Amino acid sequence: MTELLDLAAAVVAWAAPREEVEAYVSRSRTTNIRAYEGEVESLSSAEPVGAGVRVVVDGRQGFAWCGSLEASVLKETLEEARDNAGFGERDEFFGVARPDGVEPPDLDLVREELLATPTSAKVDLALELERAARGRDPRVTGVRVASYSDSYGEAAIATTTGIAVTSAAGVCYVSVSPLVEDGGDTQIGSGVSAGRAPSELDLAEAVADGVDRAARLLGATKPASQRLTVVLDPEVAADFLSIIGGTLSGEAVLKGRSLFANREGEQVAAPAVTLVSDPTDPGAFGAGRYDGEGLARRRVPLVEGGLLQGFLYDTYAGRRAGRASTGSASRSYAMTPGVGAPALTLAPGTRTQAELIAGTGDGVYVQEVSGLHSGVNPVSGDFSVGATGLMIRDGAFAEPFREATIASTLQRMLLDVVAVGGDHRWLPAGPAGLTLVIRDVALSGS
Amino acid sequence: MLDQSLVERVLGAALRTGGEFAEVFAEDARNTSARLDDGRVEEVTSGRSRGVGIRVVAGDTTGFAHTADLSERGLLGAAEAASAVARRGGGGLRTVGLSRAPERAAAVDVLPERVGKATKVELLSRADAAARSEGGAIRQVSATYADSRRRILVANSDGLLATDDQVKTRFAVLAVASGDTGMQTGRESQGYAMGFEFFDLFDVEEAGRAASRRAVTKLAARPAPSATLPVVLKSGGGGVLFHEACGHGLEADLVSKRASVFAGRRGEQVASPLVTLVDDGTMAREWGTFAIDDEGNPAGRNVLIEQGILTDYLYDFLRARKEGRPVSTNGRRQSYRHLPMVRMTNTFVVNGAEDPDEIVRQTAKGVYVAQLGGGQVNTATGDFVFGMTEAYLIEDGRITDPLRDANLIGNGPDVLGLIDAVGNDFAMGSPGTCGKDGQGVPVGDGQPTLRVRALTVGGTAA
Repeated sequence: MTELLDLAAAVVAWAAPREEVEAYVSRSRTTNIRAYEGEVESLSSAEPVGAGVRVVVDGRQGFAWCGSLEASVLKETLEEARDNAGFGERDEFFGVARPDGVEPPDLDLVREELLATPTSAKVDLALELERAARGRDPRVTGVRVASYSDSYGEAAIATTTGIAVTSAAGVCYVSVSPLVEDGGDTQIGSGVSAGRAPSELDLAEAVADGVDRAARLLGATKPASQRLTVVLDPEVAADFLSIIGGTLSGEAVLKGRSLFANREGEQVAAPAVTLVSDPTDPGAFGAGRYDGEGLARRRVPLVEGGLLQGFLYDTYAGRRAGRASTGSASRSYAMTPGVGAPALTLAPGTRTQAELIAGTGDGVYVQEVSGLHSGVNPVSGDFSVGATGLMIRDGAFAEPFREATIASTLQRMLLDVVAVGGDHRWLPAGPAGLTLVIRDVALSGS
Repeated sequence: MLDQSLVERVLGAALRTGGEFAEVFAEDARNTSARLDDGRVEEVTSGRSRGVGIRVVAGDTTGFAHTADLSERGLLGAAEAASAVARRGGGGLRTVGLSRAPERAAAVDVLPERVGKATKVELLSRADAAARSEGGAIRQVSATYADSRRRILVANSDGLLATDDQVKTRFAVLAVASGDTGMQTGRESQGYAMGFEFFDLFDVEEAGRAASRRAVTKLAARPAPSATLPVVLKSGGGGVLFHEACGHGLEADLVSKRASVFAGRRGEQVASPLVTLVDDGTMAREWGTFAIDDEGNPAGRNVLIEQGILTDYLYDFLRARKEGRPVSTNGRRQSYRHLPMVRMTNTFVVNGAEDPDEIVRQTAKGVYVAQLGGGQVNTATGDFVFGMTEAYLIEDGRITDPLRDANLIGNGPDVLGLIDAVGNDFAMGSPGTCGKDGQGVPVGDGQPTLRVRALTVGGTAA
């Protein structure tokens, strides 16, 4: 990793007088194995590298990236970023991050075991996953995907302002999509288990999730249109949190694209809602010591008891708003840093999912949603997504439904939260999942 | 990009462990983008990615490795990693002789690198000014310019050696309007497989005004209905319906794993007789167009549904090989870092006979969708959603009030059968990026004005 930091520092050393330069370099090792019908369908391995260089000079910003760590290419990339800066418009708030004295969280996201696991053992995991999915239920007729993937990544960031940090993280997961068929009806499931090393993976749990949840949808029909209480599955709730997180970006606020601009201190959600961005939690897959600009990651309270506490900032948005960065810059080497929330979570409630269902009386349990990118407008707040799941009658799961949508607005849904489950679990996509009960949502069907 | 004899040596090395097929995919991609937001050009970004992906097929198993190290040592290292899946051995020394296919790359008038960055950036400022000229309700405008040039070389152990030079240019404007009802957004985007001459036929100022008009119109929008209604799709605004309703379900990889409701239905009536669906990678300048696919085969035109009858699926190399049939030239990948798989190109419904205005007039009550956003499908059940970003009510055969954004939901085979009117005003839609198994590729879609007799509109209004 010192080698990566040396490369980043070398780029920064090429800065001309008056220039601020930030170099982000990364290297990773990835494996992806897919099993199909008892054989390896594909095995991919690679060690991708890349670098992104940002130049700020006289209040203008330019950026360039490359998929290489060769010194000559890095130099060309810096020159390209410098040239690009000549075509941006002046903004006094542009600039790379400055060290702010905040200590990064003490996190160790690398397991020696992941690095030491031979490919043959990873192949065995993928094959075992497929076999287990096929054996779980006689109605499993095939498995579209059974895969093992891992990635170990290292990154370094250096700036002319004195930032020089490195980070490393490893993650692996198994993912299975079984097909279940009964009476001419087919459903496809999805089960995932993630960890920082293969021994942390729970194949049985991924298989049970993938098969059982698909099987309980067999025979689903289109429900009647009505307004009712919805209970969101933890994974669906996590998708909802990600969207809310986007509206709490300080950059969206400054640029007039946030529903919550000028509402700090106001009641924007039901009292049951306490929302935090917490990449310092070692259990979060979005955890990290440093953000995309090299500042310490930190815990940021966003909503407390339904009251809006504040927004997420990177260096640019913070400066422009007259605030400090909250260490919330997200990026890859091919992107300039921007505000992001890698580890959003609600404060868990006390009740189990079963207790929440029992307390709901009549409603719907939404197991899966689709069309999040096409039916949710984070600027207007309009929310409409495809939904599949189970009806809830007299406080218990009843018949499955499909080909329906649920709709409301983001503003109303936050205020209409009835309860947050106690079933907190960090999901591989970043946010935490927990069961969420929201009243008065429109279900559209027949 | 790579010396022919070097590619031959790498292919030979890739087969050494007993693989039956090996492929070298080399890519040199450059792109430039510029973004304006909040009244100012934020930055210009340039990217360059160059590397090689090597694939080895042994039986039903594929090995894949990629590298950005284009030296002989780097390439042989990747070949060795990719060939590790062929454990049988016995490959021995195989010599691969390549024969170069004729150059087919589409001619480009003005390569993006021949145009100064200042000229590109100036387009953004013009679009911004035009968008803001649409009235005080416009509170925010962002605009993006993007060009890319992707040179690829594909060589394989069957002796194929083919190259392409793919140039694309795209422009998008997003406006935010604000009023008593809150904020609304309007978007306009266009892109073609063309160089900078794109801007001879695309007016960035008109694009800015169009985005703003959409946002302002929606300030007066009513919540969309929560009901099942007839839906009329404006020509060029709704091709994504077919991409989702049946396009993905006709991809042979999904079909062969029985993860598609269209599996085993070739020769059957799967749609209204009014529907003829084509996937065509050869259309001049369209977003999903190329000279060769990412497996090196010349682009093709494939009729998938003819007058409602399912005629064929889409194939890549692996699926075609398995079934002992020719490819349909739909093997595509996001970059050299990805394995190819079956993907659509430009997917569209051909013209029908009806007057589009008449289709609206003969709809007593329904929804008129002028612009769709993206969509998503579960190919195993056929259920799909797609978002409407510009839509209106139809009342007594007339287009009336604007509607707020919502998703529509339907089931592919059902919806295809419910198409009861197809217009004669075919148009292609705006450029799309299709995602599948984590890979995004550029695709086009199109259709004439048409009506679906019943679709569920996922709004909130009773």
